Amino acid sequence: MSINLQALSAQLLVGLINGSFYALLSLGLAVIFGMLNIINFAHGALYMMGAFVAYFLLNLAGIGYWPALFLAPIIVGIFGMILERTMLQWIANLDHLYGLLLTFGLALIIQGVFQNYFGSSGLPYAIPDALKGGVNLGFMFLPIYRGWVVIFSLIVCIATWFLIERTRLGAYLRAATENPTLVRAFGINVPLMITLTYGLGVGLAALAGVLSAPINQVRPLMGADLIIVVFAVVVIGGMGSIMGSVITGFALGIVEGLTKYFYPEASNTVVFVLMVLVLLVKPSGLTGRTT
Amino acid sequence: MTTITDNSIPAQTRGTKDEMIAFVIMTALLVAVPFSGLYPFFVMQALCFALFACAFNLLIGYGGLLSFGHAMFMGTAGYVTAHMAKVGTIGFKLPLIGEFMINMGPLSPELSIVFGLIAALVLSVVTGLIAIRRQGIYFAMITLALSQLIFFLYLQTPFTHGEDGIQGIPQGMLFGLFDLSQPITLYYVIMVGFLLGFLIIFRTINSPFGEVLKAIRENEPRAVSLGYKTDQYKLLAFILSGVLAGFAGSLKVFVAQNASLTDVHWTMSGEVVLITLVGGLATLYGPVVGAFVIIAMQQYLAGFGQWVTVIQGVIFVVCVLTFRRGIVGEIAHLFKRSL
Repeated sequence: MSINLQALSAQLLVGLINGSFYALLSLGLAVIFGMLNIINFAHGALYMMGAFVAYFLLNLAGIGYWPALFLAPIIVGIFGMILERTMLQWIANLDHLYGLLLTFGLALIIQGVFQNYFGSSGLPYAIPDALKGGVNLGFMFLPIYRGWVVIFSLIVCIATWFLIERTRLGAYLRAATENPTLVRAFGINVPLMITLTYGLGVGLAALAGVLSAPINQVRPLMGADLIIVVFAVVVIGGMGSIMGSVITGFALGIVEGLTKYFYPEASNTVVFVLMVLVLLVKPSGLTGRTT
Repeated sequence: MTTITDNSIPAQTRGTKDEMIAFVIMTALLVAVPFSGLYPFFVMQALCFALFACAFNLLIGYGGLLSFGHAMFMGTAGYVTAHMAKVGTIGFKLPLIGEFMINMGPLSPELSIVFGLIAALVLSVVTGLIAIRRQGIYFAMITLALSQLIFFLYLQTPFTHGEDGIQGIPQGMLFGLFDLSQPITLYYVIMVGFLLGFLIIFRTINSPFGEVLKAIRENEPRAVSLGYKTDQYKLLAFILSGVLAGFAGSLKVFVAQNASLTDVHWTMSGEVVLITLVGGLATLYGPVVGAFVIIAMQQYLAGFGQWVTVIQGVIFVVCVLTFRRGIVGEIAHLFKRSL
């Protein structure tokens, strides 16, 4: 079989970009799961909101890509914190499945409202001037924006890992994950930390949304199918470790890209098939704790 | 920790008696429907969804397993039944050996349903073996991912006709006796099908098997320590639930006369969760009441487009925050009865 290097590397790049989104989203899910013990079904909807906030900032307030990259995650993060304070905290002591059902309902509401006003088609969002064009690497043409998405996502993932594993705040966070009552007894405001954690996880989703806006357009349902793939990523990687979910996210993106080149019919399903294989061989996931 | 199924009132001897009385009332009401002026198509549709939700509830309410991919069973059985009733061919393409095709011509409704049930059985055995390897939230995510896998398969395989679905399915003669194209006959056939499925679930819940299932739901390590092979019980519950959901899908084919991707989409899996939640998790009649409420709501709000999704979301949120027992659960709690 002759391999077309140009096409292969193009698909690999698409895979890496999808992998960046998988990594950012599964990282957010893992952070939220660690603290709140819920699976945030609204994650895909909040990712979509991130893209829409960037779109609104540009078209209503004339605020461009660079400020939006910081503003959109903050705005959506605050929205998430409001959700946590008004709803999620009330079900903290119930079966974890209620969290899944509640956030599923939230996802339906958010997606339904946006679909109602914006239909199902995509809205264009231009690539910022500084990242337009591309470079010829000899074996492939690399659009600068796409390279930027991969590198910036990687930096954000590493920064999040550093925040949680290497700082004092992260230490409180990890301690509160293990034993919230004890941490509270030390005078640390655990409910506030839970709210902030949810905001952080949601902010990561919104950031992924902003990054994807120029590539995938801004669509109300952009997160709906994506979140199911991310769930499979989470099952494969397990939610036990931050680095685990990041690496699994990128790796699965690459595998998906390779599948698009070698066997395109299976590119939609390859992540799910891999999930099945992992469950058969190592049910707890690659890095996960058993639950 | 409150479990998701704190609805079930501790088993009392008079519990099943209440349930039996409710069953007689329900049957009487259903028999009377054609004389009541109610739109039979609506009732038939609601009954299919009610059976679907009852099957789903068997798993979550009595096994403690939340499946977020139950549409795959309903959709698969629906597709296979529709295909058998309309075309009736089974084709295989084996690598190296080649293609072969069995052509049985369009099959009768009962045989089509049997094929649909076999398909749901095979699918639930395979997916069950995979999904029961994890519990709780992971189980929900795995079933959702598996159903998405099935969705993409049906998007690509030729026999489902992709986005168009299988349309214009002939209703035919059931057992060569009952003409399903007659609305009244069709209604009573669907009703009997629903009651049959419902009785199977009723019997299962009140059997020793059902008791073990509840024990596993309440405390799995303890059930293991008592010597129960809990994985086998969970798998059997999963299979039973999958096949009955498939039965609902097969029946629905003769009502709607089409089978489409909607029936395997994750929104359908979400809908059955909503129906069960509104009616009352872990109650026998909750899914039935929930199905009538939600299907009626969809009929009345059909003109509002995407707002239906928003309203469904709001119902989810309200139910989880303030109304966790659901309609039947609240009634049962109020009168301290088991329904």
